[in-house]
Amino acid sequence: METLISIKPFLAIITASLAVILVVASRKSPNIREFWSFLAGVVTFLIVASMIPSVLSGVNLEYTVFQVLPGIELKFRADPLGLFFAVTASFLWIITTAYSIGYMRSEKEHAQPRYYACFAIAVASAIGVAFSANLFTLYLFYEILSISTYPLVAHHEDKAAWEGARKYTVYLVGLSKTFLLAGVVMTYMITGTLDFQVGGIFTTDMPSMLVTATYIFILIGLAKAGMMPFHNWLPSAMVAPTPVSGLLHAVAVVKVGVFSVVRIMLHLFGIDVLSEFGLGLITAYFASFTIITASIIALTKNDLKARLAYSTVSQLSYIILGVAMLTPAAMTGGVLHIANHAFSKITLFFCAGSIYVASHIKKIDQLDGIGRKMPFTMVAFTIGALSMIGVPIFAGFTSKWFMAVGSLELGSTVLMLVLMTSTVLNAAYFLPIVFRAFFKKPSTSESFQKIKEAPLFVVVPLSITAAITVIIGIWPDFFLSIVDMIFKAEL
Amino acid sequence: MDWLFDIAFIRDHILSILIFLPLVGAVVLLFIKNNTTVKWVTLGVMLLDFLLSIPLLLNFDKATHEFQFVEGPVDWIGSLNIQYYLGVDGISVLFVFLTALIGWICVLASWKSVVKKVKGFMMCLLIMQTAMIGVFCSLDFVLFYLFWEAMLIPMYLLVGVWGGPRRVYAAIKFFLYTLAGSILMLIGIIALYYAADGTFSIPDLMEHKYTFVFQAVVFAAFFIAFAIKVPMFPFHTWLPDAHVEAPTAGSIILAGVLLKMGTYGLLRFSMPMFPDAAQYFAVPIIILSIVGIIYGALLALAQEDIKKLIAYSSVSHMGFITFALFLFNKNGMEGGILQMFNHGITSGALFLCVGIIYERTHSRQISDYGWIIRLVPAYALFLFFFSLASLGFPGTNGFIGELLILFGAYESWGYYLIPLLVGVILGAAYMLIFYKRVGFGNADSHHEQPEPKWKIWDLDLREYVALSTLMIFVFWVGFQPMHFLDIMHVSVEHLIGQITGVAESVESITIAAN
Repeated sequence: METLISIKPFLAIITASLAVILVVASRKSPNIREFWSFLAGVVTFLIVASMIPSVLSGVNLEYTVFQVLPGIELKFRADPLGLFFAVTASFLWIITTAYSIGYMRSEKEHAQPRYYACFAIAVASAIGVAFSANLFTLYLFYEILSISTYPLVAHHEDKAAWEGARKYTVYLVGLSKTFLLAGVVMTYMITGTLDFQVGGIFTTDMPSMLVTATYIFILIGLAKAGMMPFHNWLPSAMVAPTPVSGLLHAVAVVKVGVFSVVRIMLHLFGIDVLSEFGLGLITAYFASFTIITASIIALTKNDLKARLAYSTVSQLSYIILGVAMLTPAAMTGGVLHIANHAFSKITLFFCAGSIYVASHIKKIDQLDGIGRKMPFTMVAFTIGALSMIGVPIFAGFTSKWFMAVGSLELGSTVLMLVLMTSTVLNAAYFLPIVFRAFFKKPSTSESFQKIKEAPLFVVVPLSITAAITVIIGIWPDFFLSIVDMIFKAEL
Repeated sequence: MDWLFDIAFIRDHILSILIFLPLVGAVVLLFIKNNTTVKWVTLGVMLLDFLLSIPLLLNFDKATHEFQFVEGPVDWIGSLNIQYYLGVDGISVLFVFLTALIGWICVLASWKSVVKKVKGFMMCLLIMQTAMIGVFCSLDFVLFYLFWEAMLIPMYLLVGVWGGPRRVYAAIKFFLYTLAGSILMLIGIIALYYAADGTFSIPDLMEHKYTFVFQAVVFAAFFIAFAIKVPMFPFHTWLPDAHVEAPTAGSIILAGVLLKMGTYGLLRFSMPMFPDAAQYFAVPIIILSIVGIIYGALLALAQEDIKKLIAYSSVSHMGFITFALFLFNKNGMEGGILQMFNHGITSGALFLCVGIIYERTHSRQISDYGWIIRLVPAYALFLFFFSLASLGFPGTNGFIGELLILFGAYESWGYYLIPLLVGVILGAAYMLIFYKRVGFGNADSHHEQPEPKWKIWDLDLREYVALSTLMIFVFWVGFQPMHFLDIMHVSVEHLIGQITGVAESVESITIAAN
């Protein structure tokens, strides 16, 4: 892999952060304020996208801002893995901004400048994590993300919101300030550096106890990944307005967690160390446990967003499972799932928000017949659900396919069974919603009869993400080519 | 500011000038009647003192551990061999700078809040400044002791005259605690004088070798004096009272500089002079520090009074520092010293923040707030960053200090991480809970948030200047700590050599490994 010094990765983060200043400066006039959010989103995406050609041709872009301590720098690198995540996050920011406008205005939410400002910081730090070239930089942006999303989760400022936000902070800041920090310290003391490198910076001749302990600490510290038993913050964080749940809890926050896990597995510990010390398999079993358990819990939830939340917990562990299997196909599937899940799950969240805006319905058992009232929303929902289940021609299929191939490569019946069981469970908790929406008799109550499709600013974004879910299901080549680049360097 | 050093007189007597300029200012104040003029003169003197400390830092030679800008030794009381002897090394020069910085911030902080006996107040601040800088520069033990005791009176007055309702109680408690420690130290100094054949010269006393029993006894005497000043658990009980009752400037000086005197004393005297005793007592001191870290943090968690919260957080943070210093490795020591500087900046800034809002509301109860973000957003932003710095958020000064201390702790014994990280997380907990409560409030709906009972306005220019200056250092140390660490590198290495008797092995993973 060649590297080229370029300010672009840093520039993307700067652009996204600039939105904060502009949003705050124009807080009095909503239209200008939202225009800045849009513009920042588009420019950020363009900067990120402009790096695709060089990364695809095997050239990483690197930028060192300055040295903090010897061996510790504020440094950014656009490599295939980081770029893959950054493209997804920055693109979905644009869509979510549009959706936010529709949602927040229909709901007449308060404190909207704060909302858009925090949103911009959150996206900037997600991109910061994506482009981090070392653990220090990653830790910096990881923490900024935790803090900046607190006001978003607590947006409604009522009892439930405070409670959710409190739990959110306790889990995310609490675990990262202890376990992740311990992991950072130990990594630095053992290896003398914090840089991410292809193949990892730990080596197999290091004491296995120490390496294992460091690995476990970092994994616990990265609670954003939602692995059990540190997943509880995610369902509680669903008190946030739906666009927040959509972007942050399908894309930015949780994906930063999962992305960080993938990053440290591949580029801090390295495949060799993970397989030598048997850490990959342990991780795979933990992930499997999370997948199954979270799916079962999802079955029991009647609140639509809660069901989606547990579905997210389960799907996040797919990504970790894929990478933890440590075979080429499984890792490809796992990383692909970052984008596939992002597009599908954000569609589902958008639909949940759309239903709420149009009808104020939150419970699944009140959704009977709503498909006739809100056809666009519910068709999009169906697409998202089918993709989550892993039906062919939808995005989720490709990642599941690769992971299934991976489990065969590994010859692990248990993991194969996990994949199959979870597919059944996915179908079990998603299809009844689709069935209710389209095939059950709608309520005859007057309020239900008055329901109309949600406003355009809500429906258009979710139609776009639904369309993309189908497109990347049929033509997965674009994302696949980036993922191939990750492992070309690796293997 | 460098051109000032082209003037030979200033270059040769920079430390004396830094020390006595404020004193001269205090004398000048005697002849001024108008309160406004008094304030401006004080501010001018303090600013001049600060500006003079900048070339001191710039011209400091980082390559040597020797004392620099030395003045003297000039015989003062010849019969007892007491000398006028000044100098700074890589450790003390940072604190001279910190003191000079805090000085003019204190004047700004008191600009409006002090209304009675303005002249007396400003004179106290100026005399304080002289004594504090003097403590960090003295190389003669008697001179040191003189400055050390000289801090007591103006501080006593600051708390006792301009303080809150229970000021007399707090002032006397502060006075008695500190005096008790000082007397022990005086006995220690006299013992040293006789043990080292009649000299008070600190560099000479460092060279001298003492028997272990002597070391242990005198170390204990010094340690109690310094531990009270730090304050280390269980000698900390004077601190919350003093902080709560002190006027804003008093709190800033107390947290920003006075607390550093204790740890500075440990570094300057206890460790190099009594290396065997220091190593012998290291583990008990580390245990006390850990107790202080956790205990201070838990108490901070329970406070309803903002000043008390920050006071107990100081106990916790100073626990980190004493812990780090007694690890005797490079990362720990540098982390500890850097954290001393950081704590001066951050807790000084937090007390300044409290003072600013107290001027408007006259309440320190957390429950009276909750509208900060809504009504005074600029103030809220500053408070937010200083809170983050205090809890060690990455990118701020607190994080770097904390990280180095953790490196040092791990190097020394991996399991030390456990109590330290418990302290770190408790620190995050009380700071975040505090900020959430004053920032957002506690009501169940944003429609029911408490409204302030007072007329509230956001920051004015004076407050912006003071807060922004401190903010610069939060991020400067946070992103470019090497600028500060480089100054102390060689001195710290030398100090570790003095304690352990051997130079640190080159192979060990140290932060200077590049």
